[in-house]
Amino acid sequence: MTDKEPLFSAKNMKLLREPLGASNPITVQVLGICSALAITVKLEPSIVLAISVLVVMAVSNVVISLMRKIIPPRIRIIVQLVVIATMVILVDEVLQAYAYDVSKQLSVFVGLIITNCIIMGRLEAFALANKPWPAFLDGVGNAFGYGMILILVAFFRELLGSGTLLDIQIIPKAIYEMGYVNNGLMVLPPMALIVVGIFIWIQRSRNKDLIEQK
Amino acid sequence: MRNFSNTYIFIFSAVMVIIVAVLLSFVAMQLKPLQDMNKEIERMGDILGSVGKAEDASEVKDKKAYINEEFDKYITSTYVIDFDGNIVERDAFEVTLNIKVQTDKPVEERVFPIFVFTGSEGETKYIVPLRGKGLWGPIWGYVAFNPDMNSIYGAVYDHAKETPGLGSEINADFFEHAFRGRKIFNEAGEFVSVEVVKGGTSDDNLYGVDAISGGTITSKALEDMLMDNFQGYVKHFKEKAETN
Repeated sequence: MTDKEPLFSAKNMKLLREPLGASNPITVQVLGICSALAITVKLEPSIVLAISVLVVMAVSNVVISLMRKIIPPRIRIIVQLVVIATMVILVDEVLQAYAYDVSKQLSVFVGLIITNCIIMGRLEAFALANKPWPAFLDGVGNAFGYGMILILVAFFRELLGSGTLLDIQIIPKAIYEMGYVNNGLMVLPPMALIVVGIFIWIQRSRNKDLIEQK
Repeated sequence: MRNFSNTYIFIFSAVMVIIVAVLLSFVAMQLKPLQDMNKEIERMGDILGSVGKAEDASEVKDKKAYINEEFDKYITSTYVIDFDGNIVERDAFEVTLNIKVQTDKPVEERVFPIFVFTGSEGETKYIVPLRGKGLWGPIWGYVAFNPDMNSIYGAVYDHAKETPGLGSEINADFFEHAFRGRKIFNEAGEFVSVEVVKGGTSDDNLYGVDAISGGTITSKALEDMLMDNFQGYVKHFKEKAETN
C-alpha cells in the first residue's frame, strides 16, 4: 500500500468507462428505468435530472466511502439511505431556488432519486469497500451512463414527438407544410420503453458478450 | 468486518441525524427567500394565466421582471371581502399567498381576495384564487369571471403531486379550456358551482365539464374545491352583478 496509484490509472479509468458501455446501468443492468421513462419527453428536464443524479451519486459515493470504516454494518442500509436522502433534499432545495420551472416539471422525480436503485446499488456494491477516489469515479461513471441514456432518449423523443430540442423548433415549418406530422406516440411513456429497447438491441448486436447464454 | 457495540450504533445514528438536521435546516433557511420569490412570481403568472396573459413567459429571458411588469399593467385593482360581502382591509396578494390559512377555516370566517383585470380594450375580468385537497396533496387554481359575475372567462389549475398522466392532467389546456363559458349560477339565480362529470358531459351543459379519465378522485376534489371556494363569493357576486 506504500506506492501510490496514479489518479487516472487504467483500473480507475475502467470505473469511469465501463458504466458507459458494457455495464451501463440502464441498458445492461436495467436499473433506474422508472425515471428514464417518465421525464424523457423533453430534453431539458432530462439534462437537469441527469446532473442531479450525477451530483447525488458522486457525493454520496464519496461520503459513504469516507465513512466506510465507521459505519456499523448492521445499520449500513439506513446510513446509505440517510446520505442519499440528504443529498436529494439538498439538490431539490437548490433546484427550487435556482431552477424553479424545471423543478416543477421534474416534480416527484427529484424526490424519487432517493429510490433510484442505481445509487443504492453503487453504494452497497462499491463505495462501502473502496477508497473515496475510486468511489467518486465509480459514481461519476455510473451517473454518466445513466444520464447518457436519459439524454439520448429525450433527444429522440423531443425531436420526433414535438419537433423541437430544448424547446427550440428544429424541424422547419416547410416540412410540416409538406405534410409531416409530429409523432404523438413519442410523447407518451411507452415510447421511452421502446426507444430504450432499441438502444439495448443496438448495443447487444454490437457487443455479443452481453447476450445471455441459453 | 469489525463488530460494533449497540452503544456505538446508537451514538453513531444520533450524531449522524443531528449533523444531517443541522445541514438541511441551514440550507433551507439560506434558500428560503429565493424560493419564496419564485413562488410569488408563479402565483402572479398563474393569475395572469387565468385571463390568457403572460403565457409565453417561459420564452422571456428575465421572467421575473416580465411577470412583474405584466402584473402591474393588467391587474388594476385588488380587494378582499368577507363572507358577507363587506370589503376588508387586507392585501389581496398576501392573502392569496397564504390562502391555506383561509381554506382551513370554516367558510363564514374566511376572507376572499379578488383581483380585477383590465385588458387593453378596457374589458374587465374578476379573478379569484382557489385551493383544495387533491388525492395526494394540495390542488389550487385561479378562475377569471366575466363582469356578469357568473360565466367563467378562463381558469388555470395546478397541483403539487397528483398522479402523473392521470390526476395531474388538471393543469392541461384541454381541461382548463373546458371551463370557459361555464356558469356558476343557474337560470333561477341559485348558486350551483361547476360540476365535474364522470363519464362525460356535452358542450351544452353550462354547469359541468368532463372529468379526467383515470383521475376521478382528483376530478371530484377539484369539483369540491370549486364549490368550497366559490360559495364565499356568492353574496358579493350577486351584488356586483347588479351594479356592473
